Order: sequence, then structure tokens, then C-alpha cells
Amino acid sequence: MKKLIALFLFGVMSTALLTGCGSKEGENGTVYVYNWGEYIDPETLDMFEAETGIHVEYEEYETNEIMYPKVSTGSSSYDVVCPSDYMIQKMRENDLLAELNFDNMPNAKANIGAQYYEQSKAFDPENKYSVPYCWGTVGILYNKTMVTEPVESWSILWDEKYADNILMQDSVRDAFMVALKLKGYSMNTMDSAQLDEARDALIQQKPLVQAYVIDQVRDKMIGNEAALGVIYSGEAIYTQRENPDLEYVIPKEGTNVWIDSWVVLKNAPNKENAEKFIDFMCRPDIALMNFEYITYSTPNDAARDLIEDEDIRNSQIAFPDLSQYQGLETFSYLGEEGDEMYNDRWKEVKSQ
Amino acid sequence: MNKKALSAPYLFWSALFIIVPLCMVFYYGLTDKSGAFTLQNILAIARAEHAKALWQALLLSLGSTVLCLLLAYPLAMILCSMRTRQHSFLVLIFILPMWMNFLLRTFAWLTLLEKTGVVNNVLSFLGLPPLNIINTPSAIVLGMVYNFLPFMVLPIYNTLAKIDQNVIAAARDLGANGVQTFLRITLPLSVPGVISGITMVFVPALTTFVISTILGGSKILLIGNVIEQEFTQTGNWHLGSGLSIVLMMFIILNMVVSAVTDKDGEVNAL
Repeated sequence: MKKLIALFLFGVMSTALLTGCGSKEGENGTVYVYNWGEYIDPETLDMFEAETGIHVEYEEYETNEIMYPKVSTGSSSYDVVCPSDYMIQKMRENDLLAELNFDNMPNAKANIGAQYYEQSKAFDPENKYSVPYCWGTVGILYNKTMVTEPVESWSILWDEKYADNILMQDSVRDAFMVALKLKGYSMNTMDSAQLDEARDALIQQKPLVQAYVIDQVRDKMIGNEAALGVIYSGEAIYTQRENPDLEYVIPKEGTNVWIDSWVVLKNAPNKENAEKFIDFMCRPDIALMNFEYITYSTPNDAARDLIEDEDIRNSQIAFPDLSQYQGLETFSYLGEEGDEMYNDRWKEVKSQ
Repeated sequence: MNKKALSAPYLFWSALFIIVPLCMVFYYGLTDKSGAFTLQNILAIARAEHAKALWQALLLSLGSTVLCLLLAYPLAMILCSMRTRQHSFLVLIFILPMWMNFLLRTFAWLTLLEKTGVVNNVLSFLGLPPLNIINTPSAIVLGMVYNFLPFMVLPIYNTLAKIDQNVIAAARDLGANGVQTFLRITLPLSVPGVISGITMVFVPALTTFVISTILGGSKILLIGNVIEQEFTQTGNWHLGSGLSIVLMMFIILNMVVSAVTDKDGEVNAL
């Protein structure tokens, strides 16, 4: 039997060795892309490789906070990354981003709606570093068979009726956003008294929370594991498709309106390929494929016009009329001091 | 050929992937952001949330080590008493799951234990009350026991298999009954295997952060989770390293205990 195991191990190791060496190089070089998990239609990557002859090395992360240390320490080199608003500001302030040349990216210039570039000015004042890829809101996804009362406020996540039936986001800014909005404060506050109040609210909520998760909110809500979950609007359309009992609302106290944008890193080894990649992603047909695959709202107006299903093209979840809502904000980077204020309090919540 | 030359690749490997990272952990752990020497990162273990996380981790890993031992010892004895062909098949069954990725196996438990998971579906079909252990410490202990049990079974099995059957026969011959033979012959002779099994279960259980994240729903913070978050999320490598040094002390303590009890070098032989 020992021989059998040895043989097996030998087989595994030699395959690993061969595939390791076989890392292919495109005829026109490579582009290293670092994106959110499940945030692209993989077919678009194959199409990009076929059309341009540039090989795509693709990696994924789960939160902005996981991505940042990997990019900033330079331990691995990437070309294109897709961070959110406040993280783009942090990366820009820490001199990690390269200026983009929009002349190389005609699709990015023509197809992305002007209002999204306007909104981007909150974190990229001169629109020099980022090209919007997806946007959306954060809200409550609930199961109509388990929650019969109307859901309109964040306060329902503190209702003891739903003990062990609530899913919270396992990332510090999102979790604090919920508590700060509930208390009527800004989600970018640096006031320690307000943050203490939010922390206490989260500690008070903890016994009611079934689990703190990120990507799993989607699968758990589809599988009827929980009644209420804090979720990104882009996941809402997908979950409704899989489980018609689910409904998405933007709470009345307001929420986070976010943009995830493509950026190119300052030390990017393949800057030209990176711009080609971003431009390809802004092509209407490609943006449409990605929208249909990941169901996150696209800022690509040309792609939105191509959506055949009228219900989705005018969906209030995918393309809400933001003027109807109060208290909408976009995260801003709070500096190291601010990060520490939030992180310390989040640890206190989690260790309870 | 010269033995030293043969060991060169191994020495190179250890230097590169054990000694160098260890030095880096000590460097980060003993300095602050400006690079000045400090003990703050190590003393930070006394902060309420860190101390609690360490205490939780110690509690859960000790619990699962004891459970593993209680399950593994009888199992190893059963394996030993079997005929060769049967037992190699059983050992294979034990090793087989280890060929599968550790993460996948842990996620499988999530699917099994969920509220609407496989186990609860079967229970409700049989008219039994549901099992609500997902996202609790029990689920974490279950995950640890499941994942680390083979590391307890195999060393114990190895020492038991090496016991000369003539020794047992002599004990019986001299009038010892089954219980006496076990307590005075088999058990003492298998201590090295037990100690090595304890180390191999306790150390990974103490440091795990994956099992507590997946099966604990991120609600129970173990010291492994705190360290992982300092590195991946907060980006405070100094604090993460400082806490790692504290954790290392517990592991070294465990190693010292096993080295003292294991005079024949059985642990290293494995």
C-alpha cells in the first residue's frame, strides 16, 4: 500500500510540476488582473485573449481590505485592479495608481454615463485614475415567506423576532454603515462618541445574528437559511432569479451608494495591455455580457440600451432613481487614524 | 556519497521557508510602525478582546484534542487487531479524505449542518428535532475533530503496531488479565504515539482560523482569526506578528512537554 501512495504522490507532484512550468504567455504579452470574486463573465476573458493575443492572469479577492496589503506591499505585481470608491481614494493618496490615458480607451470615454464620472469625482476629483465598472446600493434582502411586515428601516435587523435569522456583512465599513445609518449618523463619521454608539448597537445585535458572511449571503438567502440579510444590490437580481420569495429594499435612513472602478497600478508591468483590457471591458457587448452574468448595475449606458428585457432595463433594483432616497452617501477614505478607530471597535464587536 | 551534501537541499529549504519567515515575524513583532523596538505588540495579548480570543482558542483546541484522543485510541487498537489485508484497507479509508482539499471538506460540513442542511432534512424526515449547532463553538470543535482525527489515529496506530506481541503474551502468561495488560503494558508503550498525536492535533487546532470562519459564521473570534485579520484586513503586521509570537510560546510549551516525555525520539521518527 505504501507503494500505491508513493505512486499517487509522484503522479500528483509531477503533474503539478508540468502545469507549473506550462504557464503560457500570450503572443502580445500578459495582463495581470486582480478583481472581486465572481465579478466577471469568464467568457469575456477568453474573448479578450482571442481578440488581442494578450494572456490574462486573473486573480480574485473578497474585500477591499484583503486586496490592499497585497497590492501596496508589492509582493505580487498586478496591472489592473477593481477597488471601490474609498479604496481608490486611499490608493490614490498613497501614490499607488497610474494616470490613465483615455485616448487609448475610446469605449471608456464614449459609453460610460457622464453622471458616473461626476459621482467618481468624490474619490477621483479629476477623473484621471479610474473607469467605473459597476455601481449599486447596499440594502436589506428579505424572504417574503418569513417576514410579513413591511421592511423599510434598518431597525428590523435589531428585531428579536428574527433572532438567528439575520445575516450581516463581515466587513468593517459595511457593518458600521448599517449601525451608523440606523442612528442617523454619517457613515464616514470620525466622531468617537458616534462610533461608540454604533459599536454598542452592533454588540447588542450580535446575539440575533446568524452569521457574519460576505459572498455567502447570496447562497444562504437563496437556500432559505435566513429571513433577512444585508446585501449588495447587484446580488439582489440574481437571488430573485433563483428564489422568487426574495425582495430587496433600500432602507429609509439611507445607505451606501458605491462604485467599483478599474484602476491601473503605478508599478504595473504591462500598462498598455491594462488600458486595452479596460477598454475591452467598456465595449457595449462585453459590458452587457458581464451585466447579465454578474447582475451588478452597469454604468455603461450603451450596454444598458442593449438589455432586451424591459423589466430589467428599468428595474428599480438595478437602476434605481436615486433622487427618491434620503441619506445616500459614498464611503470616503478616513486615513490611518480613521481606519484604526473603525477596526478597533469592529474587533470589540467580533470578540463578544 | 557525503551525507552532508545530501542534506543540503533540505537545509536550504528550511532556511528559506522556516528560518527567514520566523526572523521576519520576530522583527515585525518587536518593532512599531516607525521601526523602533517595542514590546507593545506582545503585551497587546492582555487586551480584553485578544485575551478572550486566546482563551477561546485554547478551550476549543484542548476540547477537540481530548475528543480526538478518546475516539482515536480505540480505533487504533481495532486497526491493530485486524489481519493485514483488512487493516490496510481501513487505513486507506482513513487517509483517503486527506487527499481532498481541507477547505472543501470543511465547506461540506457547512452544507451538512446548515439549518436547512442535509442533517436537518434527514432529522425532520424522521420526525426528530433539528440540530442547531452551526455557528456555535460545537460546530467548530466538530470541524477540528473531523479534520485532525487522522493525525491522532496514525501515530497511535504506529506505536501500537510496533509493540512486540510476545510482551503481551508474557504478561498474560504471568497472570495479568486484559485490563491489567492494557493499563500496564500496552498503554505505557504507546505513550510516545499519544504524545505525538496530541501535538499534531493541538497545534493546528490552536492556530486555525478557517474552521472558525466557516463553521462558526465568523461569530466566534479565535486568536487565529485575530492574527489573520491583522495581516489581511487591518494591515497591521506588527500587531499580527506580536500576537503570533505569543501563540508560538504556547506551541513551544507543547513541544517541550512532548520532547521530555518522548525519550526514544518516536515523534521525530514519524
